[in-house]
Amino acid sequence: MKRFKYIATTAMIGTVLTFTSACGSSEEGTAKGSQANGSSNSEQPASEENKQLQGEINIDGSSTVYPIMEAVVEEFGMAHPGVRVSVASSGTGGGFKQFIAGTTDISNASREIKDEEKAQLEEAGIEYTELKLANDGLSIVVNKDNDWIDHLTVEELKEMWVEDGESKKWSDIRPEWPDEEIKFYSPGTDSGTYDYFNEIILEDTPIVEKATLSEDDNILVQGVAGDKNAIGFFGFAYYVENKDKLKVVPIDGGDGPVEPTHDTVESGEYAPLSRPLYIYVKNESIKKEETAEFVKFVMENGGTLSEDVGYVKLVDEDYQDGLKTIEGLK
Amino acid sequence: MKFIDHTKVLQKMKPRLAANLVFKFVFMAATAFALLVLGILLYRVITQGIGYLDWQFLQGLPSRNPEQAGVKTALIGTIWLMGVVTPVTLLLGVGTAIYLEEYAKKNKFTSFIQVNISNLAGVPSIVFGLLGLTVFVRALSLGTSVLAAGLTMSLLVLPIIIVSAQEAIRAVPKELREASYGMGATKWQTILRVVMPAAIPGILTGGILALSRAIGETAPLVVLGLPLFLAFLPKSVFDMFTVLPMQIYNWTGRPQEEFHAVAAAGIMVLLTMLIIMNSIAVFIRNKFTRRY
Repeated sequence: MKRFKYIATTAMIGTVLTFTSACGSSEEGTAKGSQANGSSNSEQPASEENKQLQGEINIDGSSTVYPIMEAVVEEFGMAHPGVRVSVASSGTGGGFKQFIAGTTDISNASREIKDEEKAQLEEAGIEYTELKLANDGLSIVVNKDNDWIDHLTVEELKEMWVEDGESKKWSDIRPEWPDEEIKFYSPGTDSGTYDYFNEIILEDTPIVEKATLSEDDNILVQGVAGDKNAIGFFGFAYYVENKDKLKVVPIDGGDGPVEPTHDTVESGEYAPLSRPLYIYVKNESIKKEETAEFVKFVMENGGTLSEDVGYVKLVDEDYQDGLKTIEGLK
Repeated sequence: MKFIDHTKVLQKMKPRLAANLVFKFVFMAATAFALLVLGILLYRVITQGIGYLDWQFLQGLPSRNPEQAGVKTALIGTIWLMGVVTPVTLLLGVGTAIYLEEYAKKNKFTSFIQVNISNLAGVPSIVFGLLGLTVFVRALSLGTSVLAAGLTMSLLVLPIIIVSAQEAIRAVPKELREASYGMGATKWQTILRVVMPAAIPGILTGGILALSRAIGETAPLVVLGLPLFLAFLPKSVFDMFTVLPMQIYNWTGRPQEEFHAVAAAGIMVLLTMLIIMNSIAVFIRNKFTRRY
């Protein structure tokens, strides 16, 4: 009997100790970390430039914008180690839900805010400011072996992607194209990318039912790369990284076919599928010094950093405008 | 006179032996298939990720540069999550199991509870995420803290612990309990000194398997809105944190090929943690299991 008890207690205490010690060591780590921070604080002269900012900034929103924000926060963290910034990536819609609930200071979005979201924010008494962060060229891609397609007009795109109850063949779009069924690959309906396409091209009519929807753009890349009759769309960065596997379709928005390239996206010539990426900042938060400094940092470095992670920067005036807006809010 | 007609016996034996052989190969193929899939998975992950797995990877923060990206915050966040999930699930889970097996009367109501617990084990994890979001994050305004996520994950794995603890308690031979009662022990004394010591290996094995599931889940935590990038570590259970599976999920979704390799390195870290935990489970089972 004693033996059982002994074994039971050792086992229980053992597990408890393992876990508490695991937590304990991490606590120690944090304590050391903060100490180190503290000491570096005191060493630094409190000059105007290097004044140690403190505080917390919570960011959530689009997973498309996340890589840019990650880069920005990484750099910002080196300049201001005292500010605790957290970035989540719940998607544009999910991010706005948190923004409306008042738990975040900044919401990333790969589309403009919707009217219903505006209304909810108003109801919650949250004032916000919209700032443009970077550009993304929504790229329409087909398989490498697709040798018939040279460009598509916006109307043809719509005709292709809208559900009309019949299966679509390439020859339905232009008679000289092959008599084979088109396979569609689209981002999931939760994504801002889908929302943007839905608004600009589909004009809110339902997308083809046979489309394969995926939240993971890499799956779309694989889908299109593996099927001769496939067509799909996603952000510019995914096309650039997979240039050797895919063929991009120039889009004619009325002024002749334009291929999405760095320059055509930046200048906005690749219309209407160039889309800006946004951040929405709570006005109340901008009044806090650390958030103001952070947003300023975003406007000053966002362009270069977004290029680093595969997006296209805005024209300089847009960033200048953004900086002016922030100054006006402080 | 021959009692056994050998040709006839052979004739009858042949198809039976053949069937035996066929099934042997069918089952071997089934095992081989599972092993093959596991092998391919490990091979892919290791060849992809080994180049990124170094000390720097364990020490670094997420970064736009794959070479510098690391899992420090995620790894320590996962350990914190375990720190909340373990005591909560063990206390609640084992408590429930003891009540249901030892104290509760076997009637319609308890069998109703029983069925529901088993059903809960099959509820998609994202549902628990939504529950956690409404109750812990919003209603109790715990935010995306270690505590909120830990409680959500505890709910998710509770059914697994309860069921395995029940099995373990039920497997304790009746004679042991009766002997204890015969000596004049109360129910609680019997549970504490006879049933629990005998059931501990089973309970802990189930507990560690459940915990392994808790640290591998992504979906509920994504729903809670856990951050991905954090430059600081949690100091208490009320602080924000991030976990390994979310970081891995994010890296696999990136357009750049290099990040997929970084994700593979992250998977290796997570797998190592899981293997360590599972081997603890196996160790406990082998060390403390007794036959009655």
